[in-house]
Amino acid sequence: MNHTKDGSVLNSLMRPSTPVGIVGYGAYVPRYRLPATEVARVWRGGEGGLPVTEKAVPGPDEDTLTIALEAARNALARAQIDPHLIGAVWVGSESHPYAVKPTSTIVAEAIGATPHTEAADWQFACKAGTETIQAGMGFVASGMARYALGIGADTAQGRPGDALEYTAAAGGAAYLIGPVDQSLAVFEASFSYVTDTPDFWRRPYMHYPSHGQRFTGEPAYFHHVTSAGKHLMEQMGRTAADFSYVVVHQPNAKFPQRAAKMLGFKPEQWAVGLLCPVVGNTYAGASMLGLAAILDQAQPGDTILAISFGSGAGSDAFALRVTELITERQGLAPKTADYVARRTVIDYATYVRYRKKLSMQ
Amino acid sequence: MGIAQNWRLRSQRYGLVGEVCDDCGEKIFPPRDVCPYCTQPAQTPFQFSGRGEVFSHTTIYNPPTGYEEFVPYTVALVKLEEGPLVTAQLTDVDPEEVNIGQPVEMVTRKIREDGPEGLIMYGYKFRPRLQEV
Ligand SMILES: [Zn+2]
Repeated sequence: MNHTKDGSVLNSLMRPSTPVGIVGYGAYVPRYRLPATEVARVWRGGEGGLPVTEKAVPGPDEDTLTIALEAARNALARAQIDPHLIGAVWVGSESHPYAVKPTSTIVAEAIGATPHTEAADWQFACKAGTETIQAGMGFVASGMARYALGIGADTAQGRPGDALEYTAAAGGAAYLIGPVDQSLAVFEASFSYVTDTPDFWRRPYMHYPSHGQRFTGEPAYFHHVTSAGKHLMEQMGRTAADFSYVVVHQPNAKFPQRAAKMLGFKPEQWAVGLLCPVVGNTYAGASMLGLAAILDQAQPGDTILAISFGSGAGSDAFALRVTELITERQGLAPKTADYVARRTVIDYATYVRYRKKLSMQ
Repeated sequence: MGIAQNWRLRSQRYGLVGEVCDDCGEKIFPPRDVCPYCTQPAQTPFQFSGRGEVFSHTTIYNPPTGYEEFVPYTVALVKLEEGPLVTAQLTDVDPEEVNIGQPVEMVTRKIREDGPEGLIMYGYKFRPRLQEV
């Protein structure tokens, strides 16, 4: 917990002065799956442990824009609002299709939110998506926008043969933030915890990221995720037992389960939101997709703790309470599980072709 | 298709926005400002549902320039729920899985890239309806 100069404890909860919530949400996962055994077959002679069962791979005509757009359309199908009332369209990703030219304006145009809207692309490794939700909370609560659309989507790439190749996947989720009386879940509070940590990075013009090897576990992922979760719960006067569900960023199957356990949660609280074993690490989409899976089956009155993590490094945490409106909105768009179940297994050669790892020049 | 033409057509390409005839009520796609059914002016925009079914289809093995990375792919005439027939590429489906009468839905996908330095063109394609998969 932070202390001010005179030694008093600083309450750093982010809680908007006007309550706001989620009016609509939507998920998207591509059709193709690369089993981790395929990566092991090609690079490890089939030996070694596997961090996930399989990962979602985008088709040759998919990218972060198409993923963000389908998730956004699903969020709007649930929200049932006039898209012209959306005052902000924000897309967080580490794999925007253009280095210069926003993804967000294309999403805004395609959903019919243009031209009277703010639009921007966000960047913070895997936490780029949850930032758009926090900013959207502020935009809506302050009255600067009626609704704000926050999206996290990625088509992450791992260097061939690198440990990340087993998990770097594609997917995304979108959240329409709006007034509390129209919300299917209300934000009770949020919290952010960031430090300068060199665990993972990618320089301009480089195709694949680099990582600080053993730096990625304790000082990066676990420290930020558990600090954000612990401070949020302490300052709200809550414990793990007060939440129906928890979802944390999931770079592999083990990390999120260990982090949730460190925070005092039990397997039945994290099982629904743990998608990484079957879709891989969807980066900016990961915690947001897990949250969508929870909302797909949540009941009025349920409470949810969601914690993202982005390398570099930081975590955003959210405490949510589900409202009566959840029941009528769940069925208005495809559920996360529908996309997870739509699954076509590909081999490593097809994966290499789809992900353009073969140079044709 | 040049940058300017592509840009002018963006709403019909991204989201299947056509027109509805104020006189006879027919839904029109692509928008053409004159109703093909009653020849009256029709300029009221109409957002199609995106749902339809495969009317006929063919598989492309020798694509035009710019579409090489998608072969083999299927091009179909899709009969939209609201009436019009639209020619479009099918996606998320193997050519041998396509059937006449198959329910499909619109998605926005990459149509082609104008080389590694050029623009990326996005537009509508159709895929098997999610709940039918
Ligand atoms: Zn007419």
